[in-house]
Amino acid sequence: MSAIATTSGVKSGVNGGLSSRVAPWVFLSPFLVCFALFTLYPLVQSVVLSMQTTFGPGATKFVGISNYRALIHDPLFWIALRNTAIYTLGSLLIQLPIALGLALVLETPGLRGRSWIRLLLFSPSMVGVVFAAMMFALIFEKQTGLANQGLHSLLAPFGVDWSLDFGWLQQHVMSALIVASLWMFVGFNMTFFSAALQNVRKDLIEASVVDGAGPIRRFFTVTVPAIRPVAGFVVLMSVIGSFQLFELPFIMFNNTSGPDNRAMTIVLYLFQNGFETGDLGYASAIGWALAIILLACAGFQRLTARGEEASAA
Amino acid sequence: MSLRATRIFAWLWTRGVLLIAGIVTVIPFFWLIASSFKSNEEFFRSTFLPMDGRRIAWERLTTEPFRRLFSELDFSNSLVNSIFLSSVTGVIATLCCAMGGYALAKFRFKGRGFCTALVLAAVLIPAPLIIAPTYQLLYRIDLLDSFAGLILPALAPAFGVFLFRQAIISGVPNDLLEAARIDGAGEWRTFVTVVLPLVRPMIGTFLMITFLGMWNNFIAPQVVLQDPSKFPLSVAVAELRRGYYNDYGLQMAGTIISILPVMVLFLIMQKDFVSGLTSGAVKA
Repeated sequence: MSAIATTSGVKSGVNGGLSSRVAPWVFLSPFLVCFALFTLYPLVQSVVLSMQTTFGPGATKFVGISNYRALIHDPLFWIALRNTAIYTLGSLLIQLPIALGLALVLETPGLRGRSWIRLLLFSPSMVGVVFAAMMFALIFEKQTGLANQGLHSLLAPFGVDWSLDFGWLQQHVMSALIVASLWMFVGFNMTFFSAALQNVRKDLIEASVVDGAGPIRRFFTVTVPAIRPVAGFVVLMSVIGSFQLFELPFIMFNNTSGPDNRAMTIVLYLFQNGFETGDLGYASAIGWALAIILLACAGFQRLTARGEEASAA
Repeated sequence: MSLRATRIFAWLWTRGVLLIAGIVTVIPFFWLIASSFKSNEEFFRSTFLPMDGRRIAWERLTTEPFRRLFSELDFSNSLVNSIFLSSVTGVIATLCCAMGGYALAKFRFKGRGFCTALVLAAVLIPAPLIIAPTYQLLYRIDLLDSFAGLILPALAPAFGVFLFRQAIISGVPNDLLEAARIDGAGEWRTFVTVVLPLVRPMIGTFLMITFLGMWNNFIAPQVVLQDPSKFPLSVAVAELRRGYYNDYGLQMAGTIISILPVMVLFLIMQKDFVSGLTSGAVKA
Protein backbone atom coordinates (compact mmCIF):
# COMPACT_ATOMS: atom_id res chain seq x y z
CA MET A 1 0.00 0.00 0.00
CA SER A 2 2.71 2.41 0.95
CA ALA A 3 4.51 1.63 -2.30
CA ILE A 4 1.47 2.73 -4.30
CA ALA A 5 1.10 5.90 -2.27
CA THR A 6 4.76 6.72 -2.79
CA THR A 7 4.68 6.36 -6.57
CA SER A 8 1.52 8.41 -6.89
CA GLY A 9 3.09 11.04 -4.62
CA VAL A 10 6.09 11.36 -6.85
CA LYS A 11 4.25 11.23 -10.15
CA SER A 12 1.10 13.25 -9.91
CA GLY A 13 0.47 14.91 -6.58
CA VAL A 14 3.56 17.05 -6.42
CA ASN A 15 3.21 18.14 -10.03
CA GLY A 16 -0.46 18.67 -10.62
CA GLY A 17 -2.57 21.76 -10.07
CA LEU A 18 -1.90 25.40 -10.69
CA SER A 19 -0.98 26.26 -7.12
CA SER A 20 1.72 23.63 -6.98
CA ARG A 21 3.19 24.96 -10.21
CA VAL A 22 3.56 28.39 -8.63
CA ALA A 23 4.35 27.06 -5.17
CA PRO A 24 8.05 26.21 -5.63
CA TRP A 25 8.75 29.73 -6.88
CA VAL A 26 6.86 31.21 -3.95
CA PHE A 27 8.93 29.10 -1.57
CA LEU A 28 12.15 30.01 -3.35
CA SER A 29 11.43 33.72 -3.77
CA PRO A 30 12.69 35.10 -0.42
CA PHE A 31 15.96 33.32 -0.94
CA LEU A 32 16.24 34.23 -4.61
CA VAL A 33 15.52 37.92 -4.03
CA CYS A 34 18.05 38.26 -1.20
CA PHE A 35 20.55 36.14 -3.07
CA ALA A 36 20.27 38.12 -6.28
CA LEU A 37 20.53 41.45 -4.50
CA PHE A 38 23.24 40.69 -1.95
CA THR A 39 25.30 37.94 -3.55
CA LEU A 40 24.92 37.86 -7.33
CA TYR A 41 24.84 41.61 -7.87
CA PRO A 42 27.88 42.27 -5.61
CA LEU A 43 29.67 39.38 -7.33
CA VAL A 44 29.19 40.97 -10.76
CA GLN A 45 29.93 44.40 -9.33
CA SER A 46 33.20 43.15 -7.82
CA VAL A 47 34.45 42.47 -11.35
CA VAL A 48 33.51 46.02 -12.38
CA LEU A 49 35.00 47.51 -9.20
CA SER A 50 38.25 45.62 -9.64
CA MET A 51 38.77 47.61 -12.84
CA GLN A 52 38.22 50.92 -11.10
CA THR A 53 40.04 53.14 -8.63
CA THR A 54 37.72 54.53 -5.99
CA PHE A 55 37.97 57.24 -3.39
CA GLY A 56 35.35 56.04 -0.93
CA PRO A 57 32.18 54.33 -2.21
CA GLY A 58 31.02 57.31 -4.32
CA ALA A 59 33.91 58.46 -6.52
CA THR A 60 35.11 55.92 -9.09
CA LYS A 61 37.47 56.02 -12.04
CA PHE A 62 37.93 53.32 -14.69
CA VAL A 63 41.48 52.00 -14.86
CA GLY A 64 41.16 48.69 -16.73
CA ILE A 65 43.36 45.86 -15.56
CA SER A 66 45.95 48.11 -13.94
CA ASN A 67 44.79 47.08 -10.44
CA TYR A 68 45.75 43.51 -11.23
CA ARG A 69 49.03 44.63 -12.76
CA ALA A 70 49.80 46.68 -9.66
CA LEU A 71 48.86 43.75 -7.44
CA ILE A 72 51.41 41.45 -9.06
CA HIS A 73 54.14 44.00 -8.38
CA ASP A 74 52.91 44.91 -4.90
CA PRO A 75 55.43 43.65 -2.30
CA LEU A 76 52.85 43.99 0.50
CA PHE A 77 50.47 41.66 -1.34
CA TRP A 78 53.22 39.05 -1.59
CA ILE A 79 53.98 39.42 2.11
CA ALA A 80 50.28 38.95 2.82
CA LEU A 81 50.14 35.91 0.55
CA ARG A 82 53.25 34.38 2.11
CA ASN A 83 51.98 34.90 5.67
CA THR A 84 48.56 33.50 4.82
CA ALA A 85 50.14 30.48 3.14
CA ILE A 86 52.37 29.83 6.18
CA TYR A 87 49.34 30.03 8.46
CA THR A 88 47.38 27.70 6.20
CA LEU A 89 50.19 25.15 6.04
CA GLY A 90 50.50 25.37 9.82
CA SER A 91 46.80 24.65 10.15
CA LEU A 92 46.97 21.68 7.82
CA LEU A 93 50.19 20.08 9.02
CA ILE A 94 49.87 20.67 12.76
CA GLN A 95 46.20 21.09 13.44
CA LEU A 96 44.65 18.29 11.36
CA PRO A 97 46.96 15.48 12.56
CA ILE A 98 46.27 16.49 16.16
CA ALA A 99 42.54 16.60 15.42
CA LEU A 100 42.61 13.14 13.83
CA GLY A 101 44.73 11.75 16.67
CA LEU A 102 42.32 13.08 19.27
CA ALA A 103 39.36 11.68 17.33
CA LEU A 104 40.99 8.23 17.24
CA VAL A 105 41.62 8.36 20.98
CA LEU A 106 38.11 9.63 21.60
CA GLU A 107 36.56 6.77 19.63
CA THR A 108 38.41 3.97 21.46
CA PRO A 109 35.78 1.43 22.51
CA GLY A 110 34.72 1.43 26.14
CA LEU A 111 35.53 5.05 26.87
CA ARG A 112 33.16 6.59 29.37
CA GLY A 113 31.99 10.20 29.21
CA ARG A 114 32.84 10.38 25.51
CA SER A 115 30.13 12.85 24.54
CA TRP A 116 31.08 15.20 27.38
CA ILE A 117 34.72 15.18 26.37
CA ARG A 118 33.75 15.84 22.76
CA LEU A 119 31.57 18.72 23.89
CA LEU A 120 34.35 20.22 25.99
CA LEU A 121 36.94 20.02 23.20
CA PHE A 122 34.44 21.44 20.71
CA SER A 123 33.46 24.40 22.89
CA PRO A 124 36.28 26.82 21.89
CA SER A 125 34.95 26.88 18.34
CA MET A 126 31.79 28.55 19.68
CA VAL A 127 33.92 31.50 20.77
CA GLY A 128 34.00 34.11 18.04
CA VAL A 129 37.42 34.80 16.54
CA VAL A 130 37.19 38.42 17.72
CA PHE A 131 36.74 37.33 21.32
CA ALA A 132 39.44 34.66 21.13
CA ALA A 133 41.74 37.31 19.68
CA MET A 134 41.05 39.61 22.66
CA MET A 135 42.02 36.78 24.97
CA PHE A 136 45.13 35.66 23.09
CA ALA A 137 46.38 39.22 22.72
CA LEU A 138 46.88 39.23 26.49
CA ILE A 139 47.89 35.57 26.73
CA PHE A 140 50.83 36.25 24.41
CA GLU A 141 52.08 39.40 26.21
CA LYS A 142 55.64 39.38 27.49
CA GLN A 143 56.15 38.84 31.23
CA THR A 144 52.48 38.84 32.27
CA GLY A 145 51.08 36.59 29.52
CA LEU A 146 49.88 33.08 30.28
CA ALA A 147 51.85 31.54 27.39
CA ASN A 148 55.27 32.62 28.60
CA GLN A 149 54.50 32.11 32.26
CA GLY A 150 53.08 28.66 31.60
CA LEU A 151 55.98 27.54 29.41
CA HIS A 152 58.45 29.04 31.88
CA SER A 153 57.16 27.05 34.85
CA LEU A 154 56.35 23.86 32.87
CA LEU A 155 59.79 23.63 31.27
CA ALA A 156 61.80 24.62 34.36
CA PRO A 157 61.86 21.04 35.79
CA PHE A 158 63.39 19.87 32.49
CA GLY A 159 66.22 22.36 32.80
CA VAL A 160 64.87 24.59 30.00
CA ASP A 161 64.83 28.26 30.87
CA TRP A 162 61.95 29.62 28.78
CA SER A 163 62.32 33.39 28.66
CA LEU A 164 59.42 35.47 29.94
CA ASP A 165 60.44 37.97 27.27
CA PHE A 166 59.76 35.55 24.39
CA GLY A 167 58.27 37.89 21.79
CA TRP A 168 55.13 36.10 20.53
CA LEU A 169 53.67 39.40 19.35
CA GLN A 170 56.99 40.90 18.25
CA GLN A 171 59.10 38.29 16.44
CA HIS A 172 57.10 35.05 16.45
CA VAL A 173 53.84 36.36 15.11
CA MET A 174 52.94 33.41 12.87
CA SER A 175 53.62 30.92 15.69
CA ALA A 176 51.31 32.91 17.95
CA LEU A 177 48.54 32.90 15.33
CA ILE A 178 48.93 29.17 14.68
CA VAL A 179 48.89 28.34 18.40
CA ALA A 180 45.76 30.46 18.92
CA SER A 181 44.06 28.76 15.98
CA LEU A 182 44.95 25.36 17.44
CA TRP A 183 42.99 26.21 20.56
CA MET A 184 40.08 27.52 18.52
CA PHE A 185 39.69 24.82 15.88
CA VAL A 186 41.27 21.49 16.90
CA GLY A 187 38.05 20.40 18.61
CA PHE A 188 35.97 21.54 15.65
CA ASN A 189 37.96 19.45 13.19
CA MET A 190 38.14 16.57 15.65
CA THR A 191 34.33 16.45 15.73
CA PHE A 192 34.20 15.84 11.97
CA PHE A 193 36.85 13.10 12.13
CA SER A 194 35.08 11.58 15.08
CA ALA A 195 31.75 11.49 13.22
CA ALA A 196 33.52 9.84 10.28
CA LEU A 197 35.13 7.23 12.54
CA GLN A 198 31.72 6.29 13.92
CA ASN A 199 30.73 5.37 10.37
CA VAL A 200 33.63 2.97 9.84
CA ARG A 201 32.02 -0.42 9.34
CA LYS A 202 32.39 -2.57 12.44
CA ASP A 203 32.35 -5.80 10.41
CA LEU A 204 35.39 -4.69 8.41
CA ILE A 205 37.29 -3.95 11.62
CA GLU A 206 36.32 -7.33 13.05
CA ALA A 207 37.28 -9.07 9.82
CA SER A 208 40.71 -7.46 9.89
CA VAL A 209 41.15 -8.45 13.53
CA VAL A 210 40.29 -12.04 12.59
CA ASP A 211 42.80 -11.80 9.74
CA GLY A 212 45.40 -10.90 12.34
CA ALA A 213 46.03 -7.30 11.28
CA GLY A 214 47.68 -5.17 13.96
CA PRO A 215 46.29 -1.80 14.97
CA ILE A 216 48.62 0.14 12.64
CA ARG A 217 47.82 -1.98 9.59
CA ARG A 218 44.15 -1.84 10.50
CA PHE A 219 44.37 1.95 10.61
CA PHE A 220 45.81 2.20 7.11
CA THR A 221 43.76 -0.54 5.43
CA VAL A 222 40.35 -0.05 7.05
CA THR A 223 40.11 3.32 8.81
CA VAL A 224 41.93 5.59 6.37
CA PRO A 225 39.95 4.56 3.26
CA ALA A 226 36.70 4.86 5.23
CA ILE A 227 37.32 8.41 6.50
CA ARG A 228 38.97 9.68 3.32
CA PRO A 229 35.93 11.59 1.95
CA VAL A 230 35.43 13.41 5.26
CA ALA A 231 39.15 14.08 5.53
CA GLY A 232 39.04 15.69 2.09
CA PHE A 233 36.16 17.86 3.21
CA VAL A 234 37.94 18.88 6.43
CA VAL A 235 41.14 19.74 4.54
CA LEU A 236 39.21 21.90 2.08
CA MET A 237 37.28 23.65 4.87
CA SER A 238 40.57 24.35 6.68
CA VAL A 239 42.22 25.78 3.58
CA ILE A 240 39.22 28.00 2.81
CA GLY A 241 38.95 29.16 6.43
CA SER A 242 42.69 29.72 6.89
CA PHE A 243 43.03 31.74 3.71
CA GLN A 244 40.38 34.13 5.03
CA LEU A 245 42.28 34.80 8.27
CA PHE A 246 41.54 38.36 9.33
CA GLU A 247 40.09 39.08 12.78
CA LEU A 248 42.73 37.21 14.75
CA PRO A 249 45.72 39.32 13.63
CA PHE A 250 43.64 42.49 13.15
CA ILE A 251 42.47 42.53 16.79
CA MET A 252 45.64 41.12 18.31
CA PHE A 253 47.68 43.85 16.66
CA ASN A 254 45.30 46.74 17.35
CA ASN A 255 43.91 47.21 13.85
CA THR A 256 47.36 47.07 12.25
CA SER A 257 49.28 44.48 10.30
CA GLY A 258 51.74 43.96 13.15
CA PRO A 259 55.44 44.83 13.46
CA ASP A 260 57.05 44.91 9.99
CA ASN A 261 53.78 43.59 8.51
CA ARG A 262 54.44 40.24 10.17
CA ALA A 263 50.71 39.78 10.76
CA MET A 264 49.62 40.96 7.31
CA THR A 265 47.15 38.56 5.68
CA ILE A 266 45.29 38.72 2.38
CA VAL A 267 41.94 39.74 3.85
CA LEU A 268 43.63 42.19 6.24
CA TYR A 269 45.30 43.83 3.24
CA LEU A 270 41.94 43.86 1.44
CA PHE A 271 40.38 45.57 4.47
CA GLN A 272 43.16 48.16 4.74
CA ASN A 273 42.87 49.09 1.07
CA GLY A 274 39.10 49.12 0.91
CA PHE A 275 38.16 50.70 4.21
CA GLU A 276 41.20 52.59 5.45
CA THR A 277 42.62 53.90 2.16
CA GLY A 278 39.13 53.89 0.62
CA ASP A 279 40.07 52.15 -2.63
CA LEU A 280 37.28 49.59 -3.07
CA GLY A 281 38.63 48.85 -6.54
CA TYR A 282 42.02 47.62 -5.41
CA ALA A 283 40.29 45.77 -2.55
CA SER A 284 38.11 43.95 -5.10
CA ALA A 285 41.16 42.97 -7.12
CA ILE A 286 42.67 41.47 -3.94
CA GLY A 287 39.32 39.71 -3.38
CA TRP A 288 39.54 38.13 -6.83
CA ALA A 289 43.11 37.00 -6.22
CA LEU A 290 41.85 35.27 -3.08
CA ALA A 291 38.86 33.78 -4.89
CA ILE A 292 41.07 32.37 -7.66
CA ILE A 293 43.42 30.75 -5.14
CA LEU A 294 40.48 29.16 -3.29
CA LEU A 295 38.79 27.98 -6.48
CA ALA A 296 42.06 26.37 -7.55
CA CYS A 297 42.24 24.57 -4.18
CA ALA A 298 38.63 23.40 -4.47
CA GLY A 299 39.23 22.23 -8.04
CA PHE A 300 42.35 20.38 -6.98
CA GLN A 301 40.44 18.66 -4.19
CA ARG A 302 37.67 17.60 -6.61
CA LEU A 303 40.24 16.23 -9.04
CA THR A 304 42.09 14.19 -6.41
CA ALA A 305 38.81 12.92 -4.96
CA ARG A 306 37.67 11.85 -8.41
CA GLY A 307 41.04 10.29 -9.16
CA GLU A 308 40.75 8.20 -6.02
CA GLU A 309 37.23 7.09 -6.89
CA ALA A 310 38.41 6.09 -10.35
CA SER A 311 41.39 4.14 -9.05
CA ALA A 312 39.22 2.47 -6.40
CA ALA A 313 36.66 1.36 -8.98
CA MET B 1 54.73 -6.95 26.98
CA SER B 2 51.91 -9.18 28.12
CA LEU B 3 48.41 -8.59 26.82
CA ARG B 4 47.37 -7.28 30.22
CA ALA B 5 50.20 -4.77 30.33
CA THR B 6 49.39 -3.63 26.80
CA ARG B 7 45.80 -3.06 27.82
CA ILE B 8 46.73 -1.08 30.89
CA PHE B 9 49.15 0.98 28.83
CA ALA B 10 46.48 1.70 26.19
CA TRP B 11 44.00 2.64 28.91
CA LEU B 12 46.44 5.07 30.50
CA TRP B 13 47.53 6.49 27.16
CA THR B 14 44.02 7.33 25.93
CA ARG B 15 42.96 8.84 29.28
CA GLY B 16 46.23 10.77 29.53
CA VAL B 17 45.90 12.27 26.05
CA LEU B 18 42.29 13.29 26.65
CA LEU B 19 43.14 14.73 30.06
CA ILE B 20 45.88 16.91 28.59
CA ALA B 21 43.63 18.03 25.73
CA GLY B 22 40.90 18.86 28.23
CA ILE B 23 43.25 20.88 30.43
CA VAL B 24 44.66 22.81 27.48
CA THR B 25 41.11 23.60 26.38
CA VAL B 26 39.93 24.75 29.78
CA ILE B 27 42.91 26.77 30.97
CA PRO B 28 42.45 29.81 28.69
CA PHE B 29 38.77 29.96 29.74
CA PHE B 30 39.76 29.77 33.38
CA TRP B 31 42.48 32.40 32.92
CA LEU B 32 39.98 34.64 31.15
CA ILE B 33 37.45 34.38 33.97
CA ALA B 34 40.07 34.94 36.68
CA SER B 35 41.53 37.96 34.85
CA SER B 36 38.15 39.63 34.46
CA PHE B 37 37.75 39.82 38.24
CA LYS B 38 41.09 41.52 38.79
CA SER B 39 42.35 45.05 39.14
CA ASN B 40 45.31 45.91 36.94
CA GLU B 41 47.63 45.66 39.91
CA GLU B 42 46.37 42.16 40.67
CA PHE B 43 46.60 41.21 36.99
CA PHE B 44 50.35 41.76 37.14
CA ARG B 45 50.70 40.06 40.52
CA SER B 46 49.08 36.66 39.87
CA THR B 47 48.65 34.36 36.88
CA PHE B 48 45.36 32.74 37.88
CA LEU B 49 43.77 33.35 41.27
CA PRO B 50 45.42 35.75 43.72
CA MET B 51 47.31 33.77 46.34
CA ASP B 52 48.11 34.65 49.91
CA GLY B 53 50.70 32.04 50.80
CA ARG B 54 48.87 28.77 50.06
CA ARG B 55 45.45 30.28 50.56
CA ILE B 56 43.38 31.71 47.69
CA ALA B 57 42.86 35.39 48.43
CA TRP B 58 39.28 35.72 47.19
CA GLU B 59 38.98 39.16 48.76
CA ARG B 60 41.50 40.57 46.26
CA LEU B 61 39.13 39.78 43.38
CA THR B 62 36.80 42.55 42.30
CA THR B 63 33.64 42.93 40.22
CA GLU B 64 34.70 46.46 39.33
CA PRO B 65 35.44 45.67 35.62
CA PHE B 66 31.88 44.38 35.12
CA ARG B 67 30.38 47.33 36.98
CA ARG B 68 32.32 49.75 34.80
CA LEU B 69 31.25 47.97 31.60
CA PHE B 70 27.61 48.61 32.39
CA SER B 71 27.89 52.05 34.02
CA GLU B 72 30.82 53.94 32.53
CA LEU B 73 30.51 52.22 29.14
CA ASP B 74 27.33 51.39 27.30
CA PHE B 75 27.78 47.64 27.23
CA SER B 76 24.17 46.72 27.97
CA ASN B 77 23.31 48.54 24.76
CA SER B 78 25.78 46.47 22.75
CA LEU B 79 24.45 43.31 24.38
CA VAL B 80 20.91 44.20 23.29
CA ASN B 81 22.15 45.05 19.79
CA SER B 82 23.90 41.67 19.48
CA ILE B 83 20.87 39.77 20.72
CA PHE B 84 18.55 41.66 18.36
CA LEU B 85 20.75 41.33 15.27
CA SER B 86 21.53 37.65 15.85
CA SER B 87 17.98 36.51 16.65
CA VAL B 88 16.33 38.40 13.80
CA THR B 89 18.92 37.17 11.31
CA GLY B 90 18.79 33.63 12.68
CA VAL B 91 15.01 33.27 12.49
CA ILE B 92 14.47 34.88 9.08
CA ALA B 93 17.50 33.24 7.43
CA THR B 94 16.44 29.83 8.73
CA LEU B 95 12.92 30.32 7.36
CA CYS B 96 14.22 31.52 3.97
CA CYS B 97 16.61 28.57 3.69
CA ALA B 98 14.04 25.99 4.82
CA MET B 99 11.54 27.27 2.25
CA GLY B 100 14.13 27.31 -0.52
CA GLY B 101 15.43 23.87 0.41
CA TYR B 102 11.87 22.49 0.42
CA ALA B 103 11.21 23.84 -3.06
CA LEU B 104 14.38 22.26 -4.44
CA ALA B 105 13.84 18.96 -2.61
CA LYS B 106 10.17 18.20 -3.24
CA PHE B 107 8.92 20.02 -6.34
CA ARG B 108 9.56 19.27 -9.97
CA PHE B 109 9.58 22.47 -11.98
CA LYS B 110 11.35 24.08 -14.86
CA GLY B 111 14.43 25.78 -13.51
CA ARG B 112 14.96 23.45 -10.59
CA GLY B 113 18.23 22.14 -11.98
CA PHE B 114 19.44 25.67 -12.58
CA CYS B 115 18.51 26.83 -9.06
CA THR B 116 20.21 23.81 -7.49
CA ALA B 117 23.37 24.43 -9.51
CA LEU B 118 23.23 28.11 -8.48
CA VAL B 119 23.07 27.16 -4.80
CA LEU B 120 25.96 24.70 -5.14
CA ALA B 121 28.12 27.22 -7.00
CA ALA B 122 27.34 30.00 -4.54
CA VAL B 123 28.77 27.95 -1.68
CA LEU B 124 32.17 28.50 -3.32
CA ILE B 125 32.04 32.31 -3.24
CA PRO B 126 34.42 33.53 -0.53
CA ALA B 127 32.77 36.16 1.66
CA PRO B 128 35.66 38.69 1.53
CA LEU B 129 35.27 38.91 -2.25
CA ILE B 130 31.92 40.64 -1.99
CA ILE B 131 32.62 42.88 1.02
CA ALA B 132 33.70 45.90 -1.05
CA PRO B 133 30.85 45.78 -3.61
CA THR B 134 28.29 45.10 -0.87
CA TYR B 135 29.57 48.15 0.99
CA GLN B 136 29.16 50.22 -2.18
CA LEU B 137 25.66 48.83 -2.71
CA LEU B 138 24.65 49.68 0.86
CA TYR B 139 26.01 53.19 0.31
CA ARG B 140 23.93 53.59 -2.85
CA ILE B 141 20.67 52.36 -1.32
CA ASP B 142 21.40 54.39 1.82
CA LEU B 143 21.61 51.47 4.25
CA LEU B 144 25.06 52.22 5.69
CA ASP B 145 25.07 52.65 9.46
CA SER B 146 21.77 50.77 9.81
CA PHE B 147 20.80 47.35 11.19
CA ALA B 148 19.05 46.57 7.91
CA GLY B 149 22.40 46.93 6.15
CA LEU B 150 23.74 44.11 8.34
CA ILE B 151 20.69 41.86 8.38
CA LEU B 152 19.57 41.89 4.73
CA PRO B 153 22.85 40.56 3.25
CA ALA B 154 22.86 37.74 5.83
CA LEU B 155 19.38 36.41 5.02
CA ALA B 156 20.19 34.11 2.12
CA PRO B 157 23.22 31.92 2.78
CA ALA B 158 23.26 29.44 -0.10
CA PHE B 159 24.73 26.63 2.00
CA GLY B 160 21.64 26.87 4.22
CA VAL B 161 19.37 26.10 1.26
CA PHE B 162 21.67 23.20 0.45
CA LEU B 163 21.57 21.83 4.02
CA PHE B 164 17.77 22.02 4.16
CA ARG B 165 17.44 20.45 0.72
CA GLN B 166 19.49 17.46 1.93
CA ALA B 167 17.59 17.23 5.24
CA ILE B 168 14.18 17.37 3.51
CA ILE B 169 15.12 14.82 0.83
CA SER B 170 16.17 12.30 3.46
CA GLY B 171 13.72 13.22 6.23
CA VAL B 172 10.37 13.98 4.58
CA PRO B 173 8.60 11.06 2.84
CA ASN B 174 6.56 11.94 -0.26
CA ASP B 175 3.47 10.02 0.91
CA LEU B 176 3.15 12.28 3.94
CA LEU B 177 3.06 15.33 1.67
CA GLU B 178 0.55 13.56 -0.55
CA ALA B 179 -1.62 12.66 2.43
CA ALA B 180 -1.61 16.27 3.61
CA ARG B 181 -2.70 17.45 0.16
CA ILE B 182 -5.49 14.83 -0.05
CA ASP B 183 -6.70 16.15 3.30
CA GLY B 184 -7.01 19.51 1.59
CA ALA B 185 -4.08 21.28 3.22
CA GLY B 186 -2.73 24.17 1.16
CA GLU B 187 0.93 24.39 0.17
CA TRP B 188 1.83 26.70 3.02
CA ARG B 189 0.03 24.60 5.63
CA THR B 190 1.72 21.46 4.34
CA PHE B 191 5.08 23.16 4.71
CA VAL B 192 4.43 24.45 8.23
CA THR B 193 2.63 21.44 9.72
CA VAL B 194 4.30 18.52 7.90
CA VAL B 195 7.73 19.53 6.59
CA LEU B 196 9.06 21.82 9.33
CA PRO B 197 8.38 19.41 12.25
CA LEU B 198 10.17 16.62 10.39
CA VAL B 199 13.37 18.63 9.94
CA ARG B 200 13.37 20.04 13.45
CA PRO B 201 16.99 19.01 14.23
CA MET B 202 18.19 20.85 11.13
CA ILE B 203 16.16 23.91 12.13
CA GLY B 204 17.91 23.89 15.52
CA THR B 205 21.33 23.44 13.94
CA PHE B 206 20.83 26.14 11.38
CA LEU B 207 19.32 28.64 13.83
CA MET B 208 22.45 28.15 15.89
CA ILE B 209 24.76 28.53 12.86
CA THR B 210 23.14 31.76 11.70
CA PHE B 211 22.78 33.16 15.22
CA LEU B 212 26.46 32.45 15.91
CA GLY B 213 27.45 33.76 12.51
CA MET B 214 25.95 37.15 13.25
CA TRP B 215 26.99 37.23 16.91
CA ASN B 216 30.63 36.50 16.09
CA ASN B 217 30.71 38.58 12.92
CA PHE B 218 33.18 41.41 13.18
CA ILE B 219 34.07 42.60 9.69
CA ALA B 220 30.53 43.42 8.54
CA PRO B 221 29.49 45.58 11.53
CA GLN B 222 32.96 47.15 11.61
CA VAL B 223 32.55 48.20 7.98
CA VAL B 224 28.84 49.06 7.92
CA LEU B 225 28.23 50.77 11.27
CA GLN B 226 29.57 54.14 12.35
CA ASP B 227 27.35 55.15 15.27
CA PRO B 228 28.78 53.58 18.48
CA SER B 229 25.29 53.20 19.95
CA LYS B 230 24.58 50.66 17.18
CA PHE B 231 27.71 48.55 17.77
CA PRO B 232 27.19 44.87 18.59
CA LEU B 233 29.47 43.22 21.16
CA SER B 234 32.08 42.13 18.63
CA VAL B 235 32.87 45.71 17.64
CA ALA B 236 32.36 47.14 21.15
CA VAL B 237 34.83 44.64 22.62
CA ALA B 238 37.41 45.37 19.94
CA GLU B 239 36.99 49.08 20.71
CA LEU B 240 37.94 48.33 24.34
CA ARG B 241 41.33 47.26 23.17
CA ARG B 242 41.87 50.62 21.52
CA GLY B 243 40.23 52.93 24.05
CA TYR B 244 41.21 51.10 27.24
CA TYR B 245 44.46 49.56 26.13
CA ASN B 246 45.94 49.22 29.60
CA ASP B 247 42.76 48.10 31.31
CA TYR B 248 43.15 44.33 31.20
CA GLY B 249 40.34 43.44 33.59
CA LEU B 250 37.90 45.54 31.60
CA GLN B 251 38.90 43.94 28.29
CA MET B 252 38.53 40.44 29.71
CA ALA B 253 35.21 41.24 31.38
CA GLY B 254 33.87 42.51 28.05
CA THR B 255 35.09 39.33 26.38
CA ILE B 256 33.32 37.14 28.96
CA ILE B 257 30.05 39.02 28.58
CA SER B 258 30.32 38.38 24.83
CA ILE B 259 31.11 34.69 25.09
CA LEU B 260 28.77 33.67 27.89
CA PRO B 261 25.37 33.94 26.12
CA VAL B 262 26.67 31.88 23.20
CA MET B 263 28.07 29.23 25.53
CA VAL B 264 24.75 28.91 27.38
CA LEU B 265 22.90 28.60 24.08
CA PHE B 266 25.42 26.00 22.93
CA LEU B 267 24.91 23.91 26.07
CA ILE B 268 21.14 23.97 25.53
CA MET B 269 21.32 23.06 21.83
CA GLN B 270 24.52 21.00 21.82
CA LYS B 271 23.15 17.61 20.91
CA ASP B 272 21.34 18.56 17.71
CA PHE B 273 23.93 21.15 16.87
CA VAL B 274 27.02 18.99 16.75
CA SER B 275 25.35 16.06 14.96
CA GLY B 276 23.59 18.39 12.52
CA LEU B 277 26.84 20.16 11.76
CA THR B 278 28.70 16.98 10.86
CA SER B 279 25.79 15.19 9.14
CA GLY B 280 26.27 17.04 5.85
CA ALA B 281 29.94 16.14 5.65
CA VAL B 282 29.63 12.52 6.70
CA LYS B 283 26.71 11.64 4.43
CA ALA B 284 28.02 13.58 1.44
